[in-house]
Amino acid sequence: MDIVDTKLLIVDDEEGFVAALSKRLSARGIDVYTASNGEEGFDKLADHPEIDVVLLDVRMPGIDGIETLRHIKRTYPLVEVIMLTGHATVESAIDGMKLGAFDYLMKPCELEELASKVAQAKAKKTAHQAKILEATGKELRRQRGA
Amino acid sequence: MNDDQNQHYYKSLTRRIIVTMVVVSVIPLLLISGTIRYFFQVSYQEKVQDHLKVLIKKHRQNIDTFLSEKLANIKELGESYTFEELSNEAVLAERLKVLQEVYGRSFVDLGVVDEQGIQIAYAGPFKLRLADYSKAAWFNAALHNETYISDVFPGKRGIPHFIVTVLNEHAGKKWILRATVDFDSFNSLVENLRMGETGFAFILNRKGELQTKPRTEIVASTEPYASFLASNDALGEDVLLTDMPSKSGQDVIYVLSRLKNGDWILAFQQTAEDAYSALYTARRIALIIFALGVLCIVAVAVVLTRRVVARIMSADREKQMLNERVIEAGKLASLGELAAGIAHEINNPVAVMVEEAGWIQDLLEEEDLKESKNLEEFKQSLKQIRLQGVRCKEITHKLLSFARKTDPRPRDVQLNELVDEVVNLCQQRARYATVKINTELDPQLPPVHASPTEMQQVIMNLINNSLDAIDGRGGVVEVKTSTQDDYVVLEVGDNGPGIPEAYLPRIFDPFFTTKPVGKGTGLGLSICYGIITKMGGKISVSSAIEVGTTFHIRIPING
Repeated sequence: MDIVDTKLLIVDDEEGFVAALSKRLSARGIDVYTASNGEEGFDKLADHPEIDVVLLDVRMPGIDGIETLRHIKRTYPLVEVIMLTGHATVESAIDGMKLGAFDYLMKPCELEELASKVAQAKAKKTAHQAKILEATGKELRRQRGA
Repeated sequence: MNDDQNQHYYKSLTRRIIVTMVVVSVIPLLLISGTIRYFFQVSYQEKVQDHLKVLIKKHRQNIDTFLSEKLANIKELGESYTFEELSNEAVLAERLKVLQEVYGRSFVDLGVVDEQGIQIAYAGPFKLRLADYSKAAWFNAALHNETYISDVFPGKRGIPHFIVTVLNEHAGKKWILRATVDFDSFNSLVENLRMGETGFAFILNRKGELQTKPRTEIVASTEPYASFLASNDALGEDVLLTDMPSKSGQDVIYVLSRLKNGDWILAFQQTAEDAYSALYTARRIALIIFALGVLCIVAVAVVLTRRVVARIMSADREKQMLNERVIEAGKLASLGELAAGIAHEINNPVAVMVEEAGWIQDLLEEEDLKESKNLEEFKQSLKQIRLQGVRCKEITHKLLSFARKTDPRPRDVQLNELVDEVVNLCQQRARYATVKINTELDPQLPPVHASPTEMQQVIMNLINNSLDAIDGRGGVVEVKTSTQDDYVVLEVGDNGPGIPEAYLPRIFDPFFTTKPVGKGTGLGLSICYGIITKMGGKISVSSAIEVGTTFHIRIPING
């Protein structure tokens, strides 16, 4: 699956991890944006509406991952979110899935696995967008035809 | 509390309970028996005394009747015949014969005595004609009384007897008709009055001389005779009953009554022990029953108290052990949380390390370092770093999955996978214990509906128990899965020392452990039991000493 040109936002308070990961993902052709907490993540999303996928740490200082996820899904329904858990909070990851997260990963994770999850998320978003475009097009045509 | 204090506490507790029980039981018993005894004694003694009084009265009447009858006989004789007739010894003998025929042998002889005390006529077995009675004590009294009954005296014949006299007048001169009454016939009147073994009667005169033959020696000068003799007031019907100790120390009952217008005393005496023998027997029996009762109470109190205190002791011990184990369990739980925290903290840095190593690897691909002669070495090292990072991750994940709060939500799980996971985790420990863990898993095993974490815990506990049982001596642990009817069967067996039969019924009890305090919580098997029972399964054990132990778990497939 092609991950080139995917716009990814990483929200995690572990800066070393974010830095290394963003470098590696950038090298694979992904446009990486970073944020170290939830609020910063919202700002980034507002500034860059082109973001396709968000990689979101569950446990963060301030607004936690679940709360951030809820906010993102409400404001940007099309953006796919992959939860990242660094500990045993499988329950919260499951909660995240219920709230509309695409999937979850346990830290530390294989880069290849992460990349493929991101690609899947991006594909899903693209498909969603296409459907919406098609639906809008139909609607437009129907209106025009009428 | 140390053991000494404990021992002291239980001993004093035992003592207090026993004393309380005995006192509470014995006091009412004592009061009841004391009251009954007292009233019974009083009423019984009254009854006995009344009986004695009545007896004495009746006998006094008999004796008085006897005496007055004799007197009447003589009086009639004196009135019916003249002095001349009676002075004729042939007539006198005739009269004596008639009297003896009518009244038996009570009259011994008859005699006529003149004013000077000379017996001028006599009929009887002795030769007493012309005997001079002027000096005799009775003569004087007879001369001044119309009728007279003498005391008992030996007299001229030397045999104890008493006489009855009637005073008459003939030609201005007094004469006396006298009759001797047989002592034996009089004596028998009193002698027949006997009670029990020691009760007997006798008669005393005013001077305290015996008028009858008593069964034992009587000293008339002793109490209560002396005071009764001395006093004049109690004439008539009165009967005196006193109770005082005799010289030999025994309590003696005396019943005294006056006879012959107070000249004589009819006395009866009996030892109290004899008179009240029925009472004393009853008292002895009651005492024996009471003693036995008290003995029983004490015995029951001691036995019961020992049992109760033993119960309390074991309950206290169990409570103490329970406390220790709860603390132990709490420690373990916090240890688990600590482990989870550490695992989490390690995960983040490890993630960073792995990512950084990955980044270097990425860079190596594109830089012009490709010509570097150590390129392979770099790659090798980076690979190692990543590999070890992954190993760290695996360890922490396993640690986390066990330490985190259990996820009790059941879902379809493949038991084989769980077994593999747990066996892998235990492999390290098994290696140290020189135990080989063999698995024999049925590849066709259907999934079961269970909580994976709980199932892991069950498998883990059983394997750990087996490892503990083998305890470093080396051995084999077999883990088997199979399908049987509608059940998935999991068996965990070892070739350890086995479980003694006595422990088998208790091994699933909470807090039952054979491990020393601090080593085992005694919770492992009871948790397994709880989990398996909750999901509708069954857990059982088969064990043989020196052969091994196998736990069988059956879980319904459509649970």
